[in-house]
Amino acid sequence: MLLSFRTIMRLLTHNMLTSHVKGVTNGYPLKLQAENIKVMSVDFNPEFVARMIPKLEWQALIQAAESIGHLGDLPRELMPEYESNEEFLKMAHHVLMEVEVIEGNLECPETGRKFPIKNGIPNMLLNEDEV
Amino acid sequence: MTMSETFPTPDLSHLTAEDYDHVYEPAEDTFLLMDALEKDADLLRSIAPSICLEVGCGSGAVITFLGSILGSQPHYLCTDLNPRAAECAARTGKQNNISVHPVLTDLVSALLPRLQNKVDVMIFNPPYVVTPTDEVGSHGIEASWAGGVKGREVMDRFFPLVPKLLSDHGVFYLVTIEQNDPEEIGCRMREFGFTMDKVMSRKAGPEKLAILRFSSCKRTM
Repeated sequence: MLLSFRTIMRLLTHNMLTSHVKGVTNGYPLKLQAENIKVMSVDFNPEFVARMIPKLEWQALIQAAESIGHLGDLPRELMPEYESNEEFLKMAHHVLMEVEVIEGNLECPETGRKFPIKNGIPNMLLNEDEV
Repeated sequence: MTMSETFPTPDLSHLTAEDYDHVYEPAEDTFLLMDALEKDADLLRSIAPSICLEVGCGSGAVITFLGSILGSQPHYLCTDLNPRAAECAARTGKQNNISVHPVLTDLVSALLPRLQNKVDVMIFNPPYVVTPTDEVGSHGIEASWAGGVKGREVMDRFFPLVPKLLSDHGVFYLVTIEQNDPEEIGCRMREFGFTMDKVMSRKAGPEKLAILRFSSCKRTM
């Protein structure tokens, strides 16, 4: 079967996901384990990146990028006036939007429960006994 | 007088009859919702959204259509219970050059608390058909229409989440039929701090459809 199409999960999406397995008090961030990653080119929009950064949990992004070997030179801490630092915004754009996870797992930090990423789609559905 | 812009309906040619055995095939309600979004194109653009979210995306036609209005800047997230729907939504986005990011989750469960007050445009075409309660809660195609008592059982679970999700200037679009009692929905949402506008309505066979738009009372439209 020729798979000419592929969905992807960006690290931007990973930054927004939390485990809600019953009893879990801290299901964020999920540990990212990627089996299949692609790096693709996405149009850089500095205003968009600058507006997204305050919505992110920066440390979760750093951890996720590092765990899949794509941190590069992205600073571990946000510096003042990052919004006008184009070099920084480009690096952030790359990590947020261009590193794409196709297959892998998201592991609940508290229970170790693995939520699969299949064909770029994270499956966060809980089983009946986990709700 | 300004001409209102029209946007092409998304290309759905990649979806097959087999897909539609598992995923809701766009119908009158879908197209009315798209017409309403089109009518609101200027409003939507004025929000300059960063994050757009469709709950229960089905085939992905609507989130993709929103993408054609707003362009490639916003991050388009969508959720569904049905793995087949999530996969179709991604393909629909791709077919129309819109990057759509599906997440399999119940309503928005996995996206909270992280999306708290961060969603700028939110859309929900809920399962609104009046059915027995025991038909609610599947993960297959029935989940796309089975709404239980007054067709409200699923959307009623979602309403308390709207104030948690919407940003200050965000807007939320909901598809309803007359049996869902849109006026009563308006009252309930007012208690959460939202004003309701009826953007569009249409009679489709026996269904009297209405697209409702909610925004924060603090916001002047």
